[in-house]
Amino acid sequence: MSGVLVIAESRRGELREVSLELVTAAREVAEAAGGQLKVAIIGADAEQVGPQLGAEGVDEVLTVTAPQQHFEAHVWQKALEALIDSEQPSLILAGHTIDSLGFAPATAARRALGFATDVTAISWADGPRAVRGAYGDKLHSELEFPGKECTLLTVRPGLFSPATPGEGSVPVRAVEANLENVARTEHIEFVEATAGDVDITKAEFLLSIGRGVEDKDNIPRFEQLAERFGATLSVSRPLVDAGWMPSARQVGQSGKTVKPRVYLAFGISGAVQHLAGMRNADTIIAVNTDPEAPIFSVAHYGAVADLFEVADELEQALG
Amino acid sequence: MKIVVPVKQVAALDEEFELLDDGSGVDPDFLEWDLNEWDTFSMEAALQIRENADGDGHEVVVVTVGDEEAEEGLLSCLAKGADRALRIWDESLQGADVLAVAKVLAAAVERESPDLVLCGVQSSDAVYGATGVALAGYLDLPHVAVVKGLDYDAAQATATVERELEGGLVEVLRVEAPALLTIQTGINEPRYATLRAIKQAREKPLQVSDLADLGLEEDAVGQAAGSRAVALKPPEPGEGAEMLNGSPAAVAARIVEIVQERMSG
Ligand SMILES: Cc1cc2nc3c(=O)[nH]c(=O)nc-3n(C[C@H](O)[C@H](O)[C@H](O)COP(=O)(O)OP(=O)(O)OC[C@H]3O[C@@H](n4cnc5c(N)ncnc54)[C@H](O)[C@@H]3O)c2cc1C
Ligand SMILES: Nc1ncnc2c1ncn2[C@@H]1O[C@H](COP(=O)(O)O)[C@@H](O)[C@H]1O
Repeated sequence: MSGVLVIAESRRGELREVSLELVTAAREVAEAAGGQLKVAIIGADAEQVGPQLGAEGVDEVLTVTAPQQHFEAHVWQKALEALIDSEQPSLILAGHTIDSLGFAPATAARRALGFATDVTAISWADGPRAVRGAYGDKLHSELEFPGKECTLLTVRPGLFSPATPGEGSVPVRAVEANLENVARTEHIEFVEATAGDVDITKAEFLLSIGRGVEDKDNIPRFEQLAERFGATLSVSRPLVDAGWMPSARQVGQSGKTVKPRVYLAFGISGAVQHLAGMRNADTIIAVNTDPEAPIFSVAHYGAVADLFEVADELEQALG
Repeated sequence: MKIVVPVKQVAALDEEFELLDDGSGVDPDFLEWDLNEWDTFSMEAALQIRENADGDGHEVVVVTVGDEEAEEGLLSCLAKGADRALRIWDESLQGADVLAVAKVLAAAVERESPDLVLCGVQSSDAVYGATGVALAGYLDLPHVAVVKGLDYDAAQATATVERELEGGLVEVLRVEAPALLTIQTGINEPRYATLRAIKQAREKPLQVSDLADLGLEEDAVGQAAGSRAVALKPPEPGEGAEMLNGSPAAVAARIVEIVQERMSG
């Protein structure tokens, strides 16, 4: 087994950006992995989307045409197994995305692959090596995959800069897989996220509060503080889950991606799915009592402080 | 009808944690244990399905792979209303990775032959986000990951589920039981156990098994492991944030300054 196989991703006919990030990640280890760099796309739209995947450094684009119009976990799982059989890669990279997590672990289990999820760095020394977070990203764990001929890693989105899409000069090959009667779920419909009273993606200054605010009754206070400060109030997911705030105010992977001039975070730990929505803000200021909170790793300014005490003082200062 | 709920007792680092001298892990004195947040939602989903089902004989079984520390999590599930609990442990499982844990769970779940298996989307300490779907892979069960809406029709043995995608997009789909779902936070409002129920939980069946009881060999579990951890380290210090020190008043004053400067630029 040799070479690197990237599993690209599309949704409703559009290539998802993580696909080209994976190409960048794969390029870094393809030579060491002693073989070709191939990028596969599975789906009804595989042939349309395929050519864009022929970025620099890619030797071949593979398409697996699925009978379903949309992602179906069991079909994708089977398609990945067919790709492993036909291409014999020693390393497979997929995105750490909702779709991948719906099928990649099942393939890893069934094929006894080397396996790690939410990987943040990849290297090669006699085989793949990977780094992933531990204890909610407060520590890093270095992994190896002894005795595995093929290793599947799901890579955290947003860390590698995306490769420039190809223009169709890289060869595209269709890989046959028997995908009839493989689906075990039936797609009914997509439901779009509901629009809210404000569009936090348009705000230049977000005051964002997390579970550190502790209680629903404290929220009006931060609404007022935001107003005095000229900020728009946004939140982390637990406040939406608890029904304290509408989902339109949620920042993160399953909420909104924001890029304000200033993102002021109060009592947000900085879980990967939260960072996915705000790490590109121009200036990030974080207030958290825990000096090890991962939010400080993306913040430009940080204060290890009690958010209520800081809020008291801000109220004073803003009059 | 039977629902199996795999739950995990997760460790959080307290603020001044220290690593073991050999770098292999965190000094256990600095760990705080709690039931995984996601598993409170999967537990609630299971209890609601049982409560809404007609007739008797429905069962919710919680299962964990963990040492004695994990028993507290099982007891809290029993207190909330699970019918019985199963804890699987063997010293060889210390540090077991996602595929090894899924392999052990597979042996336990197979013996129960449930209609539904409800896992959490992820555990807050390991954050694999993968144990459930790996378990489904071993058992060849239909599966849906990241479920934020669940309507189970017991008569038809069919679940209509909402799968949460990036950006808040939702896919509605249907799957036939037996099936495995991974449950997302916010799907319901997890209940609290009454003090009385907490006391009574100790009377409910809690079975402890080792690998041999499940017909598993240590070797087979070891070989299932997808990775081996070679080192645990603090993250490389990046550029890092500029820390604002001083009293809350000083911090607030600096925040106002920074905001004014950035917003006027
Ligand atoms: C598929 C998936 C999608 C997700 N999508 C999102 C998403 O879109 N957005 C999102 O936010 N999350 C999302 N999550 C959840 C995410 O994993 C975390 O659970 C969540 O972001 C945690 O929110 P938090 O930081 O507010 O809470 P916690 O992690 O509980 O952090 C609270 C923080 O407050 C600090 N604190 C407590 N008291 C004080 C005080 N008095 N003063 C100062 N600081 C204090 C604590 O030190 C802690 O760091 C998703 C998860 C999954 C699995
Ligand atoms: N040791 C364990 N015992 C039982 N269930 C587990 C264990 N580890 C993970 N799980 C299940 O898998 C889910 C996802 O965890 P993870 O894959 O570790 O992120 C959890 O919410 C549990 O339902």
